[in-house]
Amino acid sequence: MISIYQVAAKNLLRKRTRSLLTVVGIALSAWVLVSLLGFNRGYENALSKDIDNMGFQVLVAAKGCPYEAATLMLKGGTGLRYMNQSVTKAILSHPEVEQVTPMLMQAVFDPNKGEDGSLTAYLGVDPVTFPPMKAFLKFKQGGWFTGQDARQAVMGYEAAELEQREVGDSILIPEKNIELKVVGILARSGTQDDGTIFVPIKTLQGIFDKNDKLTGIGIKVNKKADIAALEQKLYDLPDVQVVSLAQVKQTIMSLVSTAKIMVLSIALIAILIAMVGVINTILMSVLERFREIGILKSMGAMPWDVFRMIWVETVILCLLGGGLGVGLGLVLSKVTDLLIRRLLPYAPTGSLILIDGGLALVTLAAVVGVGLISGLYPAWRAARVRPLESIRAEGD
Amino acid sequence: MKAADIILEARNLTKVYHRGSETVTALDGISLKVKRGEFLAFIGPSGSGKTTLVNILGCLDNPTSGTLILCGRDIVRQGKGLTESRLTRIRREVFGYVFQKFYLIPTLTVAENIMLPFAFFRKAGGLCDPLEAARLLGLEKRLNHKPGELSGGEMQRVAIARAMVNNPEIILADEPTGNLDTARSREIGQTLSRLNREKGLTIILVTHNLELARSAQRVLELRDGRLVRRS
Repeated sequence: MISIYQVAAKNLLRKRTRSLLTVVGIALSAWVLVSLLGFNRGYENALSKDIDNMGFQVLVAAKGCPYEAATLMLKGGTGLRYMNQSVTKAILSHPEVEQVTPMLMQAVFDPNKGEDGSLTAYLGVDPVTFPPMKAFLKFKQGGWFTGQDARQAVMGYEAAELEQREVGDSILIPEKNIELKVVGILARSGTQDDGTIFVPIKTLQGIFDKNDKLTGIGIKVNKKADIAALEQKLYDLPDVQVVSLAQVKQTIMSLVSTAKIMVLSIALIAILIAMVGVINTILMSVLERFREIGILKSMGAMPWDVFRMIWVETVILCLLGGGLGVGLGLVLSKVTDLLIRRLLPYAPTGSLILIDGGLALVTLAAVVGVGLISGLYPAWRAARVRPLESIRAEGD
Repeated sequence: MKAADIILEARNLTKVYHRGSETVTALDGISLKVKRGEFLAFIGPSGSGKTTLVNILGCLDNPTSGTLILCGRDIVRQGKGLTESRLTRIRREVFGYVFQKFYLIPTLTVAENIMLPFAFFRKAGGLCDPLEAARLLGLEKRLNHKPGELSGGEMQRVAIARAMVNNPEIILADEPTGNLDTARSREIGQTLSRLNREKGLTIILVTHNLELARSAQRVLELRDGRLVRRS
């Protein structure tokens, strides 16, 4: 016995190359779609994780662009503004503050880094207050600095891998021609700290001639304290701006949302391209089989039977293409991750492409849904064929 | 002739086409009766109206005027026909069609092509096994072959088997040998005769081929939309 579904499936084998090309087109669109949706998710998650792992809840920075301050919290920027170290004491006088840690970010262009050279960021931190605030950081080798003004460095996991340094090696600060001894290499933390080179703050201030200057102060707030009230008080300090973790998150996420709309627009275009391809393939197939469809109707096929047969053909193409595309997205997510990292000047740590079973199913459902819509017109055209028209055409 | 013996009756059928300002009368007052189990052939030159008549008799088209009675039921009365979907329901219950071109689906096997009507409709009393139809048509060794591996005569026999699976009352064959050589045409004529004789099927045949027409019990000739000769 033969069913409409078998007839539809075997119809697609008639023009194998055309069917295959359509499946490939749909697969590519599904791949783009699942990767973009996975990127949207992964990027947001990775950013969120980076921010949550910073170890302090509030950052005080010199007055300036809030976006620059947000970037500063994640990775160094250029053209930084400075504030006086005395601000630290003023902040500590507030009862809500449990601990503060002063920081100085400096970025130097290293012509020997990578193919065309790039910036190396040094973060000056206080050997006394910084380690307890970042208690989640573990060492692969060595440990923190031995003195407040030692010419020493602790390298993040990726920074050490990139520079191929081990404990006991030296690193040279370009432009300054000063060597620092590597005393510790951090284990991979999955945060921005992996790419950072930490230096005692006094040493860094001396090297860059920024004595008593800071780019940021991290504040750990008492557990029961009202962060919003503290922020208000900190605004009274002259020439500083207060950036809370929530603010940073909100600022960056609002930027990400804008990018998200663009990404979804690209996904929509990919879907539309696939849709046009499917309509073209199925409509061509219907027009080529115009007479045969008429004969099927003379055999007893009702308009709905013909409609269903053509619709099933569309769904089969979309299921195959969608399945292939989603599979490609899953298998090649690491490769896509690497490609995106090369293209993005700043990418958060952690997986940028996050595709799970739910997202795969949603994408597949979206592709099949698009197929069902694309198949409507060709199926309707086929359902309207009258046997007589095809028989007359036979006599032409 | 008893009324119950008549499977199909046409009364004063006309069909008029309009081509721009020109009016063409394809059928001009055709009246005829077809007995149950009869093998009837229509002959006539091109443009004589044979195919138009068979399309109307086979419920593929409505006449401009006249009455058509099928199995004792008025299908068309005074030119007022049925909707396409009602015509489809009648067609699948009553008719099996064989056309000049075979229209077999190339990706299906012979067995699947024969059973194709069952994908859309299965009439009570239809054949259960494609082998049964294949055996009647001498195709039992070809069941797993694809149409591309068959000769023209074999392909037409597959098309006839396909027309038979739903156990139709009438087989309507429009130029079934138009694409075949003399030997294969004779073979198809013999097949239709045998089905008429052995299965009691009513067969209405349209052909240019006089030798094939001789397989029928009755031959009607059409000329300019009128029946001009009966034999």
